Amino acid sequence: MALCAAGNWTARFAPALERIVSDAEKLRGSRPHIFIDVSQVASLDTFGAWLIERLRRSLSDATAEAKIAGLSANYSSLVDEVSRVGAAPRVDSTSLSLLGMLEQIGRTVAGIGGTIISLVDMLGAVIAAAGNVLIHPRSFRLASTVHHLEQVCWRAVPIVVLITFLIGCIISQQGIFHFRQFGADIFVVDMLGVLVLREIGVLLVAIMVAGRSGSAYTAELGSMKMREEIDALRTMGFDPIEVLILPRMLAIMLALPILAFLGAMAALYGGGLVAWLYGGVDPEAFLLRLRDAISIDHFIVGMIKAPVMAAVIGIVACVEGLAVQGSAESLGQHTTASVVKGIFFVIVMDGVFAIFFASIGM
Amino acid sequence: MAEQFSDAIIRVRDITVQFGKTRVLDGLNLDVKRGEILGFVGPSGAGKSVLTRTIIGLVPKVAGSIEVFGVDLDAANSAQRRAVERRWGILFQQGALFSSLTVRQNIQFPVREYLRVSQRLLDEIMIAKLAMVGLKPEVADRYPSELSGGMIKRVALARALALDPELVFLDEPTSGLDPIGAGDFDELVRTLQRTLGLTVFMVTHDLDSLYTACDRIAVLGNGKIIAAGSIADMKASQHPWLQQYFNGKRARAVVG
Repeated sequence: MALCAAGNWTARFAPALERIVSDAEKLRGSRPHIFIDVSQVASLDTFGAWLIERLRRSLSDATAEAKIAGLSANYSSLVDEVSRVGAAPRVDSTSLSLLGMLEQIGRTVAGIGGTIISLVDMLGAVIAAAGNVLIHPRSFRLASTVHHLEQVCWRAVPIVVLITFLIGCIISQQGIFHFRQFGADIFVVDMLGVLVLREIGVLLVAIMVAGRSGSAYTAELGSMKMREEIDALRTMGFDPIEVLILPRMLAIMLALPILAFLGAMAALYGGGLVAWLYGGVDPEAFLLRLRDAISIDHFIVGMIKAPVMAAVIGIVACVEGLAVQGSAESLGQHTTASVVKGIFFVIVMDGVFAIFFASIGM
Repeated sequence: MAEQFSDAIIRVRDITVQFGKTRVLDGLNLDVKRGEILGFVGPSGAGKSVLTRTIIGLVPKVAGSIEVFGVDLDAANSAQRRAVERRWGILFQQGALFSSLTVRQNIQFPVREYLRVSQRLLDEIMIAKLAMVGLKPEVADRYPSELSGGMIKRVALARALALDPELVFLDEPTSGLDPIGAGDFDELVRTLQRTLGLTVFMVTHDLDSLYTACDRIAVLGNGKIIAAGSIADMKASQHPWLQQYFNGKRARAVVG
């Protein structure tokens, strides 16, 4: 029996051709000798040639092999080429199962231990590099540190000041609105002072820095890792920790206290402004009350927390950056993880500090 | 698919490309004929890649016109442009494989977007394309970061060929390959051109490629085509750069 293929057997018509071939494959086993006549085919490309080859294979059996006839010389090399193609390997599809989900959860939990080990590892490496720089001050990279300080601190000032200013305004407005019911308007100053200097100021700025600079660190180090730049550094005899990470860590640890201070001032200014315009607390009374309500301890507590939080953000960002694998997707995942983990650890640290300062009575 | 508009599959007329004040291409004319392998050479930084990118529409031009498959790309609407883009394949210098997709997904990506065919056919075509560029089916589920430089070029070529294009742009296909790998690649391009009836526009520095793979050579210099023709024409040319390039020490080593 002869099957006759005609017309254009090209990629553009592949969907229709596939249906024709599937129909023809049902003839399997019905006749002993089958010829596929392709003399009427007007044009042929890989798709068409493969579909004809697929038909030929499925019509062949142990006793008789189907044959292709009428092939023009132009296309014979193409058909030869596809006739050598083997079967496609199966995709090992990851099916959704309960066991698989449980396994995923288990792996994630086990991964937490790994995260903590890698953070401690990085902390140790950074301290070692810092010690090395103290012994050999010439190897300190001042230009790089200043560059990162500009990126992390100076360029962050406008947005940090703006946001903390607005937060100060909101705290003050909400305080006055609710305290007024008890005739306790003036206590809004106490609340604002303690919150801004001790808790919110630092925490808010730390979260902003984690989002703004932690992500940038991860993306920079990650793309350097992807393009083997870090390996290049290492082969030239430089320690990537010393060259890349130490300047970044120093910059962020200097930047966060500065930003936290500026943020606290902006928030107090915003709060005072709203207390005056909205609550009728004039600036002189505001300052007098602030002096009574706030001791220097509150400010010191905030300033002690800032560099520690910066260190946590920096270390998380650098660990994630160096963990980036070869793909763009991996870079995205690690940048996300950097921000999420950075903010998480900042909040955990804040809780630890709260307990610590409460127990030493500060 | 047999538009007999003319012999030229790409027709570039008087194109000028400028970056700031530097004029990279200055009134350049070039024809690429159907079914040929055109080798495109010139000194580093002369604008070979810029011309390629201008033809495929990634770099804007100041003046001139470009016709591909008889379609003027400036006058074409988006549907016509898409139709043209479906008919060409491009191999970028660094491969430009999608790093978060496997080799399988990379090759299937254009097919999946343009044709509604079954997963089975997608897989079979992917394997056929891999075989054509000389790779084993086992690499199908690897990610680009797990491939060697030569394999990346081959996979990128397989992706460029995924939709059976009539025209392929190769930007330095053999750079970064060892001489044997480069020789194989030239052979591969030759074979594919014969089996699939491709037209190939190949930017290259590789003298071996010019000798073994190319039908015709065009030379870029000072923003213009300074010469076009066969190897023999090139060697006969009196242009100093061509003299140095084709009759220099390295060239003699190639010819033997």
